[in-house]
Amino acid sequence: MNNDLAVLLKDITKTFGKKVVANKDVTLGIKKGEILSLLGENGSGKTTLMNMLAGIYYPDSGHIFVDVNDSGLNEVSISSPKDAYALGIGMIHQHFKLVDVFTAVENVALGLDKSIAFNKKQIAQDIKAICDKYGFKVDPNKKVYNMSVSEKQTLEIVKALYRGANILILDEPTAVLTPQETDMLFAVMRNMKEDGKSIIIITHKLNEVLEISDRVSILRKGEYVGTVDTKEASVEILTEMMVGQKVTLEIDRKEPQNTKPRLIVSNLTCVNKYGVKALDDVSFIANSGEILGIAGISGSGQKELLEAIAGLQETASGSSIKYVTPENETDIVQLIGKNALQIKNLGVALSFVPEDRLGMGLVGSMGMSDNMMLRSYRKGFVFTERKGPKNLANKVKDELEVVTPSITTPVRKLSGGNVQKVLVGREIAAAPTVLMTAYAVRGLDVNTSYTIYNLLNEQKEKGVAVIYVGEDLDVLLALADRILVLCDGKLNGIVDARTTTKEEIGLLMTHLREEEKIDG
Amino acid sequence: MNVNTLLQLLQSSIAFGTIIMFGAVGEIITEKSGNLNLGIPGVMYMGAIASLIGVFFYEKNVENPIPIVCVIIAILCAFLAAALGGLLFSFLTITLRANQNVTGLTLTIFGSGVANFFGGMLNGFAGGVGQIRVETTSKAFMAKLPFLSDLGIVGKAIFSYGWLVYVAIAIAILAQWYMNKTRSGLNLRAVGENPATADAAGINVTVYRYLATCIGTGIAGLGGLYYVMDYTKGTWANDGTMENLGWLAVALVIFAIWRPKNAIWGAYLFGLLFWVYLYIPGLSRKTLELFNMLPYVVTIIVLIFTSLRKKRENQPPNGLGLAYFREDR
Repeated sequence: MNNDLAVLLKDITKTFGKKVVANKDVTLGIKKGEILSLLGENGSGKTTLMNMLAGIYYPDSGHIFVDVNDSGLNEVSISSPKDAYALGIGMIHQHFKLVDVFTAVENVALGLDKSIAFNKKQIAQDIKAICDKYGFKVDPNKKVYNMSVSEKQTLEIVKALYRGANILILDEPTAVLTPQETDMLFAVMRNMKEDGKSIIIITHKLNEVLEISDRVSILRKGEYVGTVDTKEASVEILTEMMVGQKVTLEIDRKEPQNTKPRLIVSNLTCVNKYGVKALDDVSFIANSGEILGIAGISGSGQKELLEAIAGLQETASGSSIKYVTPENETDIVQLIGKNALQIKNLGVALSFVPEDRLGMGLVGSMGMSDNMMLRSYRKGFVFTERKGPKNLANKVKDELEVVTPSITTPVRKLSGGNVQKVLVGREIAAAPTVLMTAYAVRGLDVNTSYTIYNLLNEQKEKGVAVIYVGEDLDVLLALADRILVLCDGKLNGIVDARTTTKEEIGLLMTHLREEEKIDG
Repeated sequence: MNVNTLLQLLQSSIAFGTIIMFGAVGEIITEKSGNLNLGIPGVMYMGAIASLIGVFFYEKNVENPIPIVCVIIAILCAFLAAALGGLLFSFLTITLRANQNVTGLTLTIFGSGVANFFGGMLNGFAGGVGQIRVETTSKAFMAKLPFLSDLGIVGKAIFSYGWLVYVAIAIAILAQWYMNKTRSGLNLRAVGENPATADAAGINVTVYRYLATCIGTGIAGLGGLYYVMDYTKGTWANDGTMENLGWLAVALVIFAIWRPKNAIWGAYLFGLLFWVYLYIPGLSRKTLELFNMLPYVVTIIVLIFTSLRKKRENQPPNGLGLAYFREDR
């Protein structure tokens, strides 16, 4: 390894829309023949930054250089994936870019304009040569839809190498792999490094970072924090760099008053479509009059957890979610095996503010009034009852200061913050006993965020059991009473939000405690 | 039923089959790029009327029209006018990302309106008779192979058609070869299946979609050309048949499970199903309508079977009907 850089990103900034800053003045270098880990929480801009290197996005400002050595810089403009390949940059995306009905050979041949007719045998041989060189296994004539996740990933890497990639970017490659498959991937990554390739691996798993990489660069909230040599790094140092200093927020949090168990979740297990456990044997109790924060790297099972409670997710046998009726605490209802409507008909007042506001929460092309009706459309005989929803819409509009021309304006025309106010307003108006929110303040400005925090605190004081799934640790520490941390679908600890530290939660999010026990 | 009536049925099936084939092969190329163009009947109309207008003025202004020039003018006019319809469709759906179904249906209505407007005008030019006729061109298109078509029943069954019939088959075979054996064809299929993947592989999704749609509609326009030059012998008369054939072409794409080679025999089968009512004795006006729906019934049956078998290769292109924008999040 020498000190010449394969790629240098300088002062890169990228924004989406007007408000969302994905990357701000990021400067990052990748040496030739090294494995660099790019570490950061969700939304820290890792993938966006790499997408600009791969030609998927174009930076708003900043410079990209390749082959940086003593003799000078070589500035390039990467405006399409084709440009990236021409510079020897290949990215393996988290969602594979493969055509399902094509064979491995056809996928590899895609987009290469050499001859008119293509020689499948020749390409199959070339694939085999690459496989032999680095230790991959690919069946050239297998259709992608018959492949396992690991096979697809291997094919993606082979595809990049076939195009002559010298700089490989892997976006969370281990998220979908079993431990054995991960070991195999790391073995080929080391082989590629031996061969002089530069590899960037985007990840948030600290143990993998320490195992595979030469250096670690850390991003936080779109900004570059620093780079350390893996030799000198430790889990503690990396966690601190990743989560940053504590920021104190002015959220008016009262002590929970007369809390009682409301939801008793035990041994909850969900299996996703890949056959992997998205939630693994999770047990906890959500109390009334309390905000239970849920922290975790995205995709650790938060979505499945909320959807399982709401009756939208299939659960494995043995799972149990018990609802304790507020009026009569001996009246306990099992929610597993019931759909959302059945749960509602049992008199369980459950409100759910989903992550996908306009997809799952509201109908974008309908106005506020009609959206309010989604909760009461069964009322009224033959004709729908419109007066109630209309009054409610006006009430939400006034109380939460929703900025909209009228309550019939389609909600998709409103800004993100106003959309969220409509949704939260509607869910709270249903007088829930359990209120679940997923990333309730994502993409909202500071003022609207505080409106939402205050609403949640009001609900808590009314005795509602609030479950708040969040990504900003500062908010979780200032808003929640207890914080439940998920890691890889497992419950990795429940901590008191008043006494815990950001580092402790960061560590719980990225490092399974069981593993630590084995290590030490 | 004797041999001659059978021969008649076969000949009319092949004539209509050819029109359907042009439309279906064009639409397959378009759909393989991910664009669902329901404007096929419209572009057929546009191809038909443009070719008529082109040669009408040529034949009118030249004393002795040369057949080969007539043919070139007709083909160019038909192809370009239809491709212009495709360009309009592409601009609306690819660049402006308008809804493809709505745009396609609009194109059909637009095409039939334009064609009937200019068709009426042309017939006005013809003066007293009330119908124009482009004789030289029509003759050139209806030219048959001199010896083969005289070779008894077999010769009549296979060789007694205008040469566009064989052009249609050639285009279908060429399209099949292009899609499965060339790199560009592979790229085209990738664009229709998964535009994001194609884009990441360095394929220009926009260019492929524009070209596939324009060339596809151009080929469909040749169906209109065959209709006016061969089937109606160089005249303009609109009874809505061309629109029916256009919709059959769209149905045939599904029947052929997006494979041009299947569109060849499928088109003739649809042609046969179109005409078979004439040859079944004892049909009343009411019952013959039942026969008219046969092509659609077999399409539905094919849809049911391919959906039940769930074989991935027989499904529509995965990105069909969806606009693509790289920075969508």
